[in-house]
Amino acid sequence: MNKSLDHAELTVDGDNVSIVNISRRGFLKDLALSGFVLAAGFPALTKADETAAPTAKDKYGADAMPHGWVDNPLVFVAIAEDGTVTIVCHRSEMGQGVRTSLPMVVADELEANWLHVKVEQAPGDEVRYGNQDTDGSRSMRHFFMPMRRVGAAARQMLESAAAAQWQVPVHEVHADLHRVIHPATGRTLGYGELAQAAAKLPVPARESLRLKTPADFRYIGKGQVGIYDGRDIVRGLGQYGIDTRLKDMLYAVVARPPVFGGKVVSYDAKDALKVPGVLKVIELPSSPPPAEFNPLGGVAVIASNTWAAIQGRKALKIEWNKGPHGNYDSVVYKTELEAAARKPGKVVRNEGDVEAALKTAAKRVEAEYYAPHLAQAPMEPPAATARIIKGHCEIWACTQAPQLSHDQVAKWLKLTPEKVTVHVTLLGGGFGRKSKPDYVIEAALLSQAMNGKPVKVTWTREDDLHHSYFHTVSVERLEAGLDDQGKPIAWLHRTVAPTISSTFGPDSKHQMPVELGMGVINVPYTIANLRIENPEAEAHTRIGWFRSVSNIPHAFAIQSFVAELAAAAGRDHKDFLLELIGPPRRIDPRTLGDNWNHGESPELYPIDTGRLRRVTETVADKAGWGRALPKGRGLGIAAHYSFVTYIAVVVEVAVSEDGILSIPRIDVAVDCGPQVNPERIRSQIEGACIMGVSLATLGEISFKDGAVVQDNFHQYQLTRMDDAPREIRVHLLPATEFDTPLGGVGEPAVPPIAPAICNAIFAATGQRIRQLPIQEQLRKN
Amino acid sequence: MTTLTINGKPRQIDLSGDTPLLWALRDHLGLTGTKFGCGMSLCGACTVHVDGEPTRACVTPISAAVGKNIVTIEAIDQDAIGQKVQDAWLALGVPQCGYCQSGQIMAATALLQHNPSPSDADIDKAMSGNICRCGTYPRIRAAIKQAAGLKEIKP
Repeated sequence: MNKSLDHAELTVDGDNVSIVNISRRGFLKDLALSGFVLAAGFPALTKADETAAPTAKDKYGADAMPHGWVDNPLVFVAIAEDGTVTIVCHRSEMGQGVRTSLPMVVADELEANWLHVKVEQAPGDEVRYGNQDTDGSRSMRHFFMPMRRVGAAARQMLESAAAAQWQVPVHEVHADLHRVIHPATGRTLGYGELAQAAAKLPVPARESLRLKTPADFRYIGKGQVGIYDGRDIVRGLGQYGIDTRLKDMLYAVVARPPVFGGKVVSYDAKDALKVPGVLKVIELPSSPPPAEFNPLGGVAVIASNTWAAIQGRKALKIEWNKGPHGNYDSVVYKTELEAAARKPGKVVRNEGDVEAALKTAAKRVEAEYYAPHLAQAPMEPPAATARIIKGHCEIWACTQAPQLSHDQVAKWLKLTPEKVTVHVTLLGGGFGRKSKPDYVIEAALLSQAMNGKPVKVTWTREDDLHHSYFHTVSVERLEAGLDDQGKPIAWLHRTVAPTISSTFGPDSKHQMPVELGMGVINVPYTIANLRIENPEAEAHTRIGWFRSVSNIPHAFAIQSFVAELAAAAGRDHKDFLLELIGPPRRIDPRTLGDNWNHGESPELYPIDTGRLRRVTETVADKAGWGRALPKGRGLGIAAHYSFVTYIAVVVEVAVSEDGILSIPRIDVAVDCGPQVNPERIRSQIEGACIMGVSLATLGEISFKDGAVVQDNFHQYQLTRMDDAPREIRVHLLPATEFDTPLGGVGEPAVPPIAPAICNAIFAATGQRIRQLPIQEQLRKN
Repeated sequence: MTTLTINGKPRQIDLSGDTPLLWALRDHLGLTGTKFGCGMSLCGACTVHVDGEPTRACVTPISAAVGKNIVTIEAIDQDAIGQKVQDAWLALGVPQCGYCQSGQIMAATALLQHNPSPSDADIDKAMSGNICRCGTYPRIRAAIKQAAGLKEIKP
């Protein structure tokens, strides 16, 4: 908590911006002066309760993540004498609403009045807070229960303090909206009045916690709490990584090797140094492969403002060595992937006898699908600020990985861990890019090179598109046999794509279990003869994760292919899909060869085909599947299970006579288990639909001579208002109770959008799209 | 030394005239609400008002803004329409990450200042220069309509 005081200081030299921060700083100062801070005042207690997750042979969920979870109220909650409740959010806010939703869970169990809740962002410190890697759609599913326990424990401490003060048995009192009541006598004490005494009490044992029943929830499941940072955001006061301002701060941009693996041969900084405002030019070393989280190296320009740094970089004369990937060419590489997909590869799942079944099939269908590289392109490009004072490096960064950033900075600066502090700002989008702290390390190295002065590194959009950790590129080849009733009896899927593990090990050419478990190995379809193969693919750039990761190409191929099979069988696509999903059953993912299961327990999270059926049936019903449409319009359906959540979509497209595509409506049915903040779930699903539209219709990063072709948004196009679906109807399936485990929300609606669009285009025009993005493929003349 | 009128106040800026207004606002005046997104007038994150017109600060040299009235997101609540837009944004929960929303709000406010009851086509035209990677477009459209509707209520 004390560390956040420093964070509040950082905009002190701002204009209007500083007002909010000064007031926040004032609040924190008052809090500290008031003599009681439930958290910071009692560090001994914080340590006393060892919050490590119980050890088990097989760990799943948050237990399996680095540093697990923490549910100590003294770590997460502070109550001031004026009653203000401060709740720490330890996960990064990047638009998913986590700074609202997780504190809201604590507030609910705590019986806190949301109007008197302040949220503070935790620095990177997983030993203290539990895992902070904000990705994998798991903040809520991993921390719902720990945060409930945090709130309940704090509530019980307040109740105990009140009972002690009144000298009545604790069961006679109860917390009720920011106060504790003794109904027998009508006495009440506010949380502020109880805070001092409560803080001196022991933290209740986990087994003694009394969690609320869902009927008593005030905020959970209701969706009436506005986003915590909303007021700051609409006034331009939200502090993102790129907004950091420190006294005497310098501004840097870096010219990085255009080709991954390339290096600076020589450079001439003479002209750059003549640009007004440019102070220094510094060469940054490149690292040998694998890429890991290492900065790419290059030449940095340090200046008195960002614009001068950008102008200085333009004036640099640099000779680059292209390194081993100088011939990477996306057109050529596509043919290599296709060739690999047409030959047998490593078998990753095999049931029955696919060859024999294909031979006896009444009809054989085969198709290949291509999906290109993508860049996450968060609207806030990567940015980070570092300063080093007396050997202590402080970082301010928009990072999805605060602890990793911390560890990497310590490693690169050769500092012990306690000599590094990572403050986490708001993230102007992340989508996986900001899980890789290469830009954070750059800031630290440049501050070190400038004798510890504060240095902010800003990535321009060109930097962001040229030097992402790109979404993979893939060819998926599917072949199936239908019997004389049109029923699939054989399924052969070859998936070929450079793997994320190539970023961490130079010879990785096969998809990892994590990638195969994203919708390709774990297809739950009722087909007797089924084989899945993964031929080799070599990476020529940094492969990373993009919102929903390998689910994108896998769902695109499989959900398109099911539509092709339905057409070949002369069947309604929705009926055919439901028959493939088969009767409701709970499948142990391990029986499908998926030992990963999104990191979750196969017992708690089996693949439930009943739930997949239910979202499919629901979305078909809500979208009016089968309704008559005018010429040039069509409906397409797709269903996909990812991040332990079940999603089905129906997209309505309109294709004009000259081939211009528009999307009047998307219906999307979501079964993510219990819904903690339904309002933010809806916003995430809406956004995921639009990101799905964007990658299906426009998104492509391509390489030529080793370097990325697209420089900025005129070449890497994103869906805009006029091309966005006019209407998105989100249908949240009611969860029975909060006793079923939570599913992920941020990612799983992305994958089914592209195939549903392509299936709708087929319904509207008869044209089958097998290569993303659609771009001009529908255009006539 | 260049003098600009920003949010009603004269501000001195010691930068060369070709410096984009964006960087003068952000780096020299600490008005970081105006965001950098592309630097090429492609995404709208840097939208400010110059004499009431929505303008991309990333390609507007400060020399071109001299003598003009510049309004940024930090002062848009001083305009009645701007305030209604902000209120509608909050009421409908428009922002996700929020980074582009400064520009979106500036563009939407300018639209409603010029056109109190925009059609969907008007909204498309006015707002399609502003990219939102989180995909908040349906709510932006709804919020613009809500703000426009509120404006029509006579006290």
